[in-house]
Amino acid sequence: MTSSLLFGIITFTYLAASFLYIGGFIFRSQKAGLVASVLTGLSFLVQTGAIALRWKESYSMGYGHAPMSNMYESLVFFSWAIVIFYMFIEYKFKNRLLGAFAVPFAFLSMALASLTGDEIKPLIPALQSNWLIAHVMTCFVGYAAFAVACGMGIMYLIKSTYDEKADRKGASLLATLPPLSVIDDITHKTIVFGFLWLSAGIITGAIWANSAWGTYWSWDPKETWSLITWFLYAAALHARFTKGWGGKRIAWLAIIGFLAVVFTYYGVNYLLSGLHSYGSSG
Amino acid sequence: MQNNKNEIWAFLASVKLALFTFFALAITSIIGTVIEQGKDMAYYVERFGPGTAKFFQILNVPNMYSSWWFISMLVLFSLNLLVCTIDRFPNIWRLVNLDNLALELDRILKMPKRQVFKSQLSAAELHQEIEKALPGLSWKFESAELDGGRLFAAQKGNWTRLGVIMVHVSILVIFAGAIIGAAFGYKGFVMIPEGRSVKQIYAYDANRTEIPLDFSLRCDRFVLELYDTGAPKEFLSDLVVVKDGQEVLKQSIEVNDPLHYGGLTFYQSSYEAYDEVVLEIENGTSKAKKKFIVGIGEQVVWPEEHLTLGVVNRMGSRMAAFARGQVWLKSGEAEPVQFWVNSGQSALIERPTGNYVLTLRPLYATGLQVTRDPGVWYVYIGCMLMLVGLYVAFFLSHRKIWLYISGSGSGSTLHVAGASNKNKLGFENDFAALIDNLEQSGTLKLTKE
Repeated sequence: MTSSLLFGIITFTYLAASFLYIGGFIFRSQKAGLVASVLTGLSFLVQTGAIALRWKESYSMGYGHAPMSNMYESLVFFSWAIVIFYMFIEYKFKNRLLGAFAVPFAFLSMALASLTGDEIKPLIPALQSNWLIAHVMTCFVGYAAFAVACGMGIMYLIKSTYDEKADRKGASLLATLPPLSVIDDITHKTIVFGFLWLSAGIITGAIWANSAWGTYWSWDPKETWSLITWFLYAAALHARFTKGWGGKRIAWLAIIGFLAVVFTYYGVNYLLSGLHSYGSSG
Repeated sequence: MQNNKNEIWAFLASVKLALFTFFALAITSIIGTVIEQGKDMAYYVERFGPGTAKFFQILNVPNMYSSWWFISMLVLFSLNLLVCTIDRFPNIWRLVNLDNLALELDRILKMPKRQVFKSQLSAAELHQEIEKALPGLSWKFESAELDGGRLFAAQKGNWTRLGVIMVHVSILVIFAGAIIGAAFGYKGFVMIPEGRSVKQIYAYDANRTEIPLDFSLRCDRFVLELYDTGAPKEFLSDLVVVKDGQEVLKQSIEVNDPLHYGGLTFYQSSYEAYDEVVLEIENGTSKAKKKFIVGIGEQVVWPEEHLTLGVVNRMGSRMAAFARGQVWLKSGEAEPVQFWVNSGQSALIERPTGNYVLTLRPLYATGLQVTRDPGVWYVYIGCMLMLVGLYVAFFLSHRKIWLYISGSGSGSTLHVAGASNKNKLGFENDFAALIDNLEQSGTLKLTKE
């Protein structure tokens, strides 16, 4: 049993869980929702084990590094972080319908990983640092929160659009979703949480860069895009705290902010060049 | 004039300006990620045409993050933060130090969370019993007379209102650190071939300006380790700081583990292969050792051992420019021998005069990035302050509770009121716990109204 095989299986179970969550939402089936939750939880456990296994595999290959060093491993960790964050939200807000807007992100991340090389490669000297784990973890906890915030934003926009149209059929389906004020509250809290971790991610990256190259900030595309993302969310938080922005505007900012996250994380590696270009070698 | 000043002040303190600079910085920052930075003019002319290149030059797009217009935006951003902080601080400070007993009763009784109890005790008795019960609660109360009744007030986390100030100040501290670094620091580089010393480094400018050091830095050894795949595994340099003829510091550095000395930091950053070869030879019996740096075809002598030797030929491989070398060795009056030695491996040579262990490896110069940055600790302090500030600002709240006893004759009324500036849900639980606590306390004889 190799970690790659387990990750392949998990990709499908997250897909199945996504369908169950969405099905449970559309057909208002409590049972489907429950099965989805259980399936997600089990997949998460297997995924955790598989990450540990991959860590061990890298040691037995003589490389010995945390499984967070290239695009494949970071995508796997991203989906892991999305799921643990989502499960916390599901538990906290006691609502399974949220899963229809969050677990698909975990599946997409795994699907993207399966298109990327899954070889375990040795670490180049610049990556051999304890900051690797701190940097990757902080960034991806933040990214996971932003992914969930984006899902909540989409949910908000769908529900508010139907509410306005007063479409009976749609409205009755969407009535099972939490009230708009609750979705808005979750979106906002998730962004706040993500912002703290994004800040920590940028800071750990800066400290690491300084210990490796003697420069904590060099405006390379990855750094710059993480700062752009930071500015977008900072704007969203200021607009809410001081101007009372909420509802659709925050929902849109949650979606736009996540697009910036995706570009920072994924787009920069393939479209722009810079220090983080080794991330694309995976 | 006064009015004008106030308007400018209000503008600089405004959130509108903050939102504008956030978006302006975010959007303009994209330019430098799409147009490659720091290239020669020729590069831009070739890629974008002479007209656009000229335009780029005027706006300093090739170094946009240090251009006048981008720096101006950062200055505006800092000014906004500074003015906003100064502007809001008095009000926040007032809220931190607000006397909760000095509030009007009307306002207290209209707080978002409230509960009214009736007690069988008289107001005076209830007052007495409450005084006894208070130490058992997780709140620290003060009390005062108000409108003929008795008011108790308690609060938690009033200082958490400073979280937002901490975050704003942290960004200014980081900027201050960056400015200090830019003004009093510099960056340079130096290459040191193994076995040699340097007394100067070179700045990263067009002229490669020499920067003298007040000590010399020697590289005793440089090691390049590769994985089986040929990818670099580790670069390692053994460095020695020599000051006034004394070896004051010896340290091995590698990527991610630099050497700090005299306000300078030396980072392992690159290497360069030389044509010479490092030849080390040891007498197997006496353990006497000698290290030579020799060019191909050069002859060296180890007089104590009566050895004459040299590297007469070399071979490269797919992965390395130097894979093995052919050694010529003459010991005393015996016939000279010639043999091949793989790079990094040792060869055992038996001669009538003695046994020797010989190793060969290519000579490298270690490439060091050198930084003096007296501002970096301010940056780090700013970063820590930011994280603490964000946590305080987002996750901790200022919670207040009031108890008010009133009534005359045999019965009395207890009003409980509370408010929190954040985390309303969490406060609701706190408040409910307090209400339960009061209600279940037998001595107070309370019933909910």
